[in-house]
Amino acid sequence: MAGPDTEGGPAGLVWRLPVVGLRAFWTPIVLSLGVLVIVLAVWASGDTVLALAVTAALIRAVMVIGLYIFIGNSGVLAFGHATFMMVGAYGVAWLTLRPFNKSFALQLPEFLAAHQYPLLPSAIAAALLAAIVAFVVGIPIMRLSGIAAAIATLAVLGMFKTFYSNWSEWTLGAATMPGIPIYVDMWIALAWVVVALFVAYIYQRSKYGLALRASREDEFAARAAGINIPRQRLIAFVLSAFFMGIGGVLEAHYLGTIAVKNFWLTITFILLAMLIVGGQRSLSGAIVGVVVISTLIEILNSLEAGMNVGVAVLSVPIGAQELTIAGLMIIILVFRPDGIMGGREVPWPFGKAGRIVRDPGAVESEHDPLRRGLAQRDSAP
Amino acid sequence: MTGLVQNAIDALALGSLYALTALGIGLIFGVMRLINFAHGDLIMIGGYALIVPSSAAAAVAFIGAWPAPAMVAAIVFIVMLFALACERLAFRPLRRANPSVLLITSFALSFFLEHLVVMIYGGRVKAVSIWPELLEALPISGVRIPYLQIVTIGVTIGLLVLLVLFLKRTPMGIQMRAASEDFSTARLLGVRGNRVIAVAFAISGLLAAVVSLLYVSQVGALTYSMGIPLVLFAFVATVVGGMGSLTGAVLGGFVVGIASVTLQVALPVAMRPDRDVFVYGLILLILLMRPSGLVKVKSIEEKV
Repeated sequence: MAGPDTEGGPAGLVWRLPVVGLRAFWTPIVLSLGVLVIVLAVWASGDTVLALAVTAALIRAVMVIGLYIFIGNSGVLAFGHATFMMVGAYGVAWLTLRPFNKSFALQLPEFLAAHQYPLLPSAIAAALLAAIVAFVVGIPIMRLSGIAAAIATLAVLGMFKTFYSNWSEWTLGAATMPGIPIYVDMWIALAWVVVALFVAYIYQRSKYGLALRASREDEFAARAAGINIPRQRLIAFVLSAFFMGIGGVLEAHYLGTIAVKNFWLTITFILLAMLIVGGQRSLSGAIVGVVVISTLIEILNSLEAGMNVGVAVLSVPIGAQELTIAGLMIIILVFRPDGIMGGREVPWPFGKAGRIVRDPGAVESEHDPLRRGLAQRDSAP
Repeated sequence: MTGLVQNAIDALALGSLYALTALGIGLIFGVMRLINFAHGDLIMIGGYALIVPSSAAAAVAFIGAWPAPAMVAAIVFIVMLFALACERLAFRPLRRANPSVLLITSFALSFFLEHLVVMIYGGRVKAVSIWPELLEALPISGVRIPYLQIVTIGVTIGLLVLLVLFLKRTPMGIQMRAASEDFSTARLLGVRGNRVIAVAFAISGLLAAVVSLLYVSQVGALTYSMGIPLVLFAFVATVVGGMGSLTGAVLGGFVVGIASVTLQVALPVAMRPDRDVFVYGLILLILLMRPSGLVKVKSIEEKV
């Protein structure tokens, strides 16, 4: 079963007609436009504090899309993706800090210490570094079964967090690294969200994405059909790490400071909460989750502070905020385990949706209690 | 030689804590395929139950001031109660969900419990001292072995023996093993699912309470995230040991404990802060060679 999100059809059918292009890319187009509308509204309101909060939420959106590329398509949980944010954030700091700042406490090699590199190439280089790290650690981890893999990614996070907090020559250890150029505003964050949306969508419609999604639905059938699951998972893992890296980069250029302690379980939890609440099985779910949880965080913040202070939601464990998000997450998991979107993408509004669904069984099973029951039984251990 | 003895005892004591934690996680994984992230928070709650609930900076001992048997009984009771409440409120409605959903639920539950404690007790570190006399060293010259380590190892061995007897000899234990092997078939044969799971959670709570008391005596401080490092290593221990195997969980716990202490001793001083990097690295290496862990369990492998 390919799941309910099959509109757009197999690539071969879609690319023939340019008219169908709109339809093929309907999901990322609508999601991008939706996000654009929010950004435009905030821009038009001229509220700079709100603009900062929206920027933070957009950066989270890049991260959640990154997380979705792996978790959503493979169905394997991962708790270690903060690693790749951290690698990306520190990587970009090494590249873009002014040599004067670097000379203070860091002992970097000549090519980093003496130069300051342009921002965009640095961002991509840092994210590539995160992707390379994911490739190396992914090779052993992707061979494990789902649950064991989830825990092994946690071991990776523990490993890198310990390493970075002791690697003072490069990271200032557990101290905060200041002085990173601040240039990320709402528009730059929006641009990256759009890039991430399209890449994630192209990936999930590609033969690699479809193979991985097939393995998510039925591991044994996928294997019998000749899909090399560890390899497909690794591809998603690396792509996912790239966007987590970009997320870390944006975060660094948004706050201007980075610290190892911010890449630990709290951010992992918030990103996972966004993905789960929205619905981990579709790209639309990822975006909906970001919007819902970010709004909730903002409301709780203004309640806790008595006044809206905007961005400071990253590390302060005040209690009520996490308590509410955790509670909401549990309630969603109990009553709607597939999240708000339930694995669906934004529907194509023109013409019958049924025409482009290639696998009628996939849709039927959604409404057929017997089939759903069977599917549940199959996915249980 | 004396150094070796001391290191061996250190390794066994640390391994004991990991083994008991891993066992608490493993028991529940056996009956309902849930990796319980919140197990570490049960350990944390056991610690906080020792003091008066308040957000003041100085901790005032409450149950922690009671005589030892009453204190142990009260902490065990409270932690068990929390474990059963978690089962009833969060996990029972998800009995039919797949393991990923259960895992993420326990992750959310863990955050819920931690921030509940933050709201009641505040986020600051609190000093607490129970049984300070246990931290004194044994009167053997040349080595420094606190009584606590001997107690830890002794308690662990005792609990392991009791647990083995329970699982092998009592009807409930046998039912629990049957449920671990094949939950649906066990139920068809008359095993009462809810009861078995509740008992598993209760035992898991008992183990968490014991770890809590031993750990708090050792570190002498409470933080809301104190269970996390323990539970992370215990997770890793269950994966290394082989998921679904209780022997594996215990074995994995000792492997992780022994690896930590050995690396602490063997690494050059400059690299010691990075010890955990090597511990985690070693674990990934073991998994690379044995993806299903040290003890392979048949019933965990999915059938086609």
